[in-house]
Amino acid sequence: MATRTLTHLERLEAESIHIMREVLAEAERPVMLYSVGKDSAVMLQIARKAFYPSPPPFPLLHVDTTWKFRDMYALRDRMAAESGMDLIVHSNPEAAARGINPFDHGPLHTDLWKTEGLKQALDKYGFDVAFGGARRDEEKSRAKERIFSFRTASHGWDPKNQRPELWNLFNARKARGESIRVFPLSNWTELDIWQYIHLNDIPVVPLYFSAPRPTVERDGLILMVDDDRFRLEPGEEPVLRSIRFRTLGCYPLTGAVESLAGTLPEVIQEMLLTTTSERFGRAIDRDGGDASMEQKKQAGYF
Amino acid sequence: MARDADTDPVYQTDALIAEDIEAYLAQHQQKSLLRFITCGSVDDGKSTLIGRLLYDSKKIFEDQLAALEAESNRVGAQGQAIDFALLVDGLAAEREQGITIDVAYRFFTTEKRQFIVADTPGHEQYTRNMVTGASTADLAVILVDARKGVLTQTRRHSCLVRMIGIRHIVLAVNKMDLVDHDQTVFDGIVASYRDFATGIGITDFVAIPVSGFNGDNITALSPRMPWYRGPSLVGHLETVAIDTDVDQGLPFRMAVQWVNRPNLDFRGFAGQISSGIIRPGDAVRVLPGGKSSVISRIVTMDGDLDEAVAGQSVTLCLADEIDCSRGDVIAAAGDPPQVADQFEASIVWMADEALIPGRAYWLKLGARTVSATVRAPKYEINVNTLEHLAARTLELNAIGVAEVTTDKPIVFEPYAANRTLGGFILIDKLTHATVGAGMLHFALRRAQNVHWQAIDVTREMHARAKNQTPAVLWFTGLSGSGKSTIANLVEKKLFSMDRHSFLLDGDNIRHGLSKDLGFTAADRIENIRRVGEVARLMADAGLIVITAFISPFRAEREMVRAMMPAGEFIEVFIDTPLAEAEARDVKGLYRKARAGELKNFTGIDSPYEPPETPEIRIDTTVMAPEEAADLIVRRLLK
Repeated sequence: MATRTLTHLERLEAESIHIMREVLAEAERPVMLYSVGKDSAVMLQIARKAFYPSPPPFPLLHVDTTWKFRDMYALRDRMAAESGMDLIVHSNPEAAARGINPFDHGPLHTDLWKTEGLKQALDKYGFDVAFGGARRDEEKSRAKERIFSFRTASHGWDPKNQRPELWNLFNARKARGESIRVFPLSNWTELDIWQYIHLNDIPVVPLYFSAPRPTVERDGLILMVDDDRFRLEPGEEPVLRSIRFRTLGCYPLTGAVESLAGTLPEVIQEMLLTTTSERFGRAIDRDGGDASMEQKKQAGYF
Repeated sequence: MARDADTDPVYQTDALIAEDIEAYLAQHQQKSLLRFITCGSVDDGKSTLIGRLLYDSKKIFEDQLAALEAESNRVGAQGQAIDFALLVDGLAAEREQGITIDVAYRFFTTEKRQFIVADTPGHEQYTRNMVTGASTADLAVILVDARKGVLTQTRRHSCLVRMIGIRHIVLAVNKMDLVDHDQTVFDGIVASYRDFATGIGITDFVAIPVSGFNGDNITALSPRMPWYRGPSLVGHLETVAIDTDVDQGLPFRMAVQWVNRPNLDFRGFAGQISSGIIRPGDAVRVLPGGKSSVISRIVTMDGDLDEAVAGQSVTLCLADEIDCSRGDVIAAAGDPPQVADQFEASIVWMADEALIPGRAYWLKLGARTVSATVRAPKYEINVNTLEHLAARTLELNAIGVAEVTTDKPIVFEPYAANRTLGGFILIDKLTHATVGAGMLHFALRRAQNVHWQAIDVTREMHARAKNQTPAVLWFTGLSGSGKSTIANLVEKKLFSMDRHSFLLDGDNIRHGLSKDLGFTAADRIENIRRVGEVARLMADAGLIVITAFISPFRAEREMVRAMMPAGEFIEVFIDTPLAEAEARDVKGLYRKARAGELKNFTGIDSPYEPPETPEIRIDTTVMAPEEAADLIVRRLLK
């Protein structure tokens, strides 16, 4: 009998589907974290495949910092409607009341809006399992995180005490109050994500593609002036540059790259020939030095 | 260390990417995926080798490289040169110690294939990590330092690789630059490894002389070792057969993960095919039920398929409305797997607390989770030699062979034939930790040949004849807490009310039914199991059973609870503080235990786990025995 070798994308997709179905079968109240980026786009598409013809039987949760790009909010609402899933949007009321913003508060902005906001949302709705789109190739401490990653009742991560994961068997049992972050895209690379988007024609935020956009340059990062909340320094004047983004977060914290790549194949081409890593554009990875992400994860960051 | 795209055959794709990205994507899309592990002793250069593979396939970017150069100068072990190991040693604690202590996964791509590497530690105490990394690998690269040759750890890793059933093995003799690229050194190591490997049943391996530091024979053959005529490491990795391809040639099996029922007209069975090929019209059997049907559709969001193969996640529809739920296995009708509830298995222990023979653990295999017990090991395996050693239990990182019994029959295949239906994990019922991993060898007896004897006089009829509802009043508490005293009073009261009861007392049972048992944790568990089974039979006969045993462990009390119909197990916690029980010391046992004359005495040198939510709690510091007995009888008969 002739064999048909599965391609790497077919195998990665099959593994991600398997993981999602295991979660659904064993969790009490799962939710999918949806950040509107390219990884979220792939994760959502795979969820739709995993449970087809049913819609994915869990809601989407967007932890909104209120400082995302406008294009992201538009795509978020469109994809929620298209997938037939409920969309829950949570913004930390404490951060709103204190007026926390990326200009005045630095790392506190990420901590309160994102880390605290996420914990609040999970506690408020009683979600026991949350899917996240993190990949092991993104960052060194991610490379050692399990697919099923356990959090204490206070959402802490203990890298020294992770459950072994053998074969495709996942142990989803936990004590009351504990929760699990599940990363179905753990084994995908940035190139896999883009190629899958390309092959499946998945809608993504247009900011990934190059266009002339108003920008300023600060501390070596090119920032986009996405709305009139952007505080210009004295003498600073937005300049129209042809830019795109490799990752998307809060717009005043996300660095753009100058680029002419206007189509997906061109973006992939540029990525393959580029010489800086994906998270380089993220200001948040750099505060606290080399072990920064690991410390954030121990504190409950996704 | 510069790469030359013209002479390096593996990475000539750069030109294609620049000139015709669409053509590159079309080619890249067809690549297959190989998962492999690297294992070796500390300092064999594993992390350096992986760093080299990433570097050569351009997975290291300028910012990472700049950070790496800075870090290499600060803590690196390679002097001023770039220390590739720093790239892959992820967690902060490990970077300080300069060792890898967990499984890390890395990714790279060559012209023909995509790769996932599990970097697994070489430390003796981390067997569990290596087994974890190996469980999903198609191939293992075993590293040997050319200066040191085959070491104890090389043997250990080879034994584990053999046990996990990895089909392809590469012996990478590393640091050839430090032995002047000498062929005789290489040949000597290969010969000595072959002697050992043959002895443990490894019949085939590919040996490659390399230098991870300089990149010799990694992606291209090195001019420094013209005497070597085999493939480069990457060249070999690009061409070996992948497990899912081999699995396609086996009979069809798919464990059902989830039943998809969006409306009354659709019922699909979702799962990942573990072996074989399936097409609409194929006859299948659903196990363990045994009903047959025919595949009517293979449903995906991209349209129905004509065929699906091992490795794919699909949704299958059957032509008939037959029972099929999560955990069942859909299999080729003509060649179905076995169903059994007793097995011999290899078990790798992964928890700090040793295996407790007789204790009930959760066993997860495929999509099925059942309760299971492991008997005392037949033997432990010396992972350096595969020799058998006598053992009463399995400690962290120990590997042994033991009998496993499940409370329900499960569908399985020997691990050697099918990893998915032969590999299982054991989960602690209280801590929920994954404490062990196992590989089924064979069934000790087939469950289909052992039927429960159908009995004409049912337990309901027994109970009705006695005009009562059967129950087990399970007393638990420290020695000297007052269990036996109160239990006796309860039975007297029931007797005077014409209830049919029987008291099983700890001391009395130990004179007969359990006289072969001592007081170790394992023996205590077996004692409670026996008492639980006897209590169940008596309850089946319609009796109200009263038991008075210390029964110190929560897990065993829960095991007995699980044996009984819901509501019939009533846990009575005789709550007497240790100081109070010790002060009473009716039998003088605490004094002996404190003097060291009695070992494993509960409360002194053996733990007591109090019930978290007992049905009845008696605080003997505020309630007299008579009063307590009245309360228990009232609660029982209410």
